[in-house]
Amino acid sequence: MIHLIYLLVFGFLLTTCIGLAASWIDRKVTARIQYRVGPPLLQPLLDIVKLLGKETVLPSGVSRVTFLAAPMIGLASVMVVSTVLWVNSLYPSQGFVGDWIVALYLLAIPSLSVILGGFASRNPLAGLGASREMKLVLAYELPFVLAALVPVIEADCSIRLGDILNFQRANGATATSPAGALALLVAIVCMQAKLALVPFDIPEAETEILCGPLVEYGGPPLAIYRLMKDMLLFILPFFLIILFLGGVRCDGVHLFWGVLKYVGLLALITVGRNTNPRLRIDQALKFFWGPVTFISIGAVLLAAWGH
Amino acid sequence: MDIRLKALLKSLWVYHLSTGSCNNCDIEVLDCLTPRYDIERFGMLPAGSIKHADLLLITGSCNRQSVARMKRLYEQVPRPCFVVAIGECALSRGMFIHSYNCPQPLDRIIPVDVYIPGCPPKPEAIIAGMVKLLEKVKNK
Ligand code: SF4
Repeated sequence: MIHLIYLLVFGFLLTTCIGLAASWIDRKVTARIQYRVGPPLLQPLLDIVKLLGKETVLPSGVSRVTFLAAPMIGLASVMVVSTVLWVNSLYPSQGFVGDWIVALYLLAIPSLSVILGGFASRNPLAGLGASREMKLVLAYELPFVLAALVPVIEADCSIRLGDILNFQRANGATATSPAGALALLVAIVCMQAKLALVPFDIPEAETEILCGPLVEYGGPPLAIYRLMKDMLLFILPFFLIILFLGGVRCDGVHLFWGVLKYVGLLALITVGRNTNPRLRIDQALKFFWGPVTFISIGAVLLAAWGH
Repeated sequence: MDIRLKALLKSLWVYHLSTGSCNNCDIEVLDCLTPRYDIERFGMLPAGSIKHADLLLITGSCNRQSVARMKRLYEQVPRPCFVVAIGECALSRGMFIHSYNCPQPLDRIIPVDVYIPGCPPKPEAIIAGMVKLLEKVKNK
């Protein structure tokens, strides 16, 4: 029962609220950077309510189940991973052994759900977007996992997020060591790709393949995808904060520091997406398998060495 | 007014379709996105895919080639949706009224909610037209 409450309150409500607010900040800052006024505060929420109230159009000949289940799978995995992260940062002793691995796995599923939905929609543009997304997943997953390995090695090879947090509380954040700083850098780049934002918005490229995998989605399924993306906009930086920046604590002034860490990462994401052009998929692949992977291997070796 | 309609009016996503315009109207539509006019203030966004759209923005004189495609697009918009005709061409075929290639004006083919006249209409006129659309739907 208590787990269900955790799932609904932390996993869904809290993450949704913060995610929607984050998406508003992102859009507003983008607008201000372009000298525009930008949307009102409730805009992301209104978008989702509007989409939920619209008709669902099924393209002819699609598999109903796959087409409609794909967004649900993505949203469900985001909800579960956000529950794991919240419970770990509020009650570090309540995690379970291996939740680091669970979180990594669940964070890969939203991309898989986009791929599934894209291939299910029988549209050449969606298929193209989905295949690009697949290549992008192959590109960034390796350096991301390597970077996430660094805090594990530093916390005496424990794969419990609670232990990683406790270790950082005792010995200072992971990012203060050279290995941790390098790994954080890699993780931030991978986060941008995981969120499919410029310069890695190759699968969605509005100007060439019109939102890619989501081109056939409209109405409620699209609302679920958007909600998933907004929640990811909170969950991924939150995961990095737990791994590298000492987590978020909810007592007094620590809460303020936690908010500051998150806003800092969000600002990096927004500025990154507003000041870069889009890469091609082969450039992104070379970038991730070349320099980024080397840096992350270097970070892992440094951490194993004890820096 | 129920919450769905309220949310719809605050977050209209626009699909822009040219049925044979001279491109001037299209440029004026794009002007609405620029810093000076910025329709994202009202929650309006351009949509790349017709499945995401709530508002079909039609410019041009409905020539024979594009009418079939326009009908197909109109059928694909998830309901509820609105149609806005922009420019003299879309309203009445303008200077092409005697052309062999433009047999019918837009509103004989699909229902139109708001007409924005001008050749081309200014961005201010387009925004005023949008406001009229919102008022019209609210009072209905
Ligand atoms: S109304 Fe005028 S500006 Fe607009 S498409 Fe027609 S001729 Fe061009």
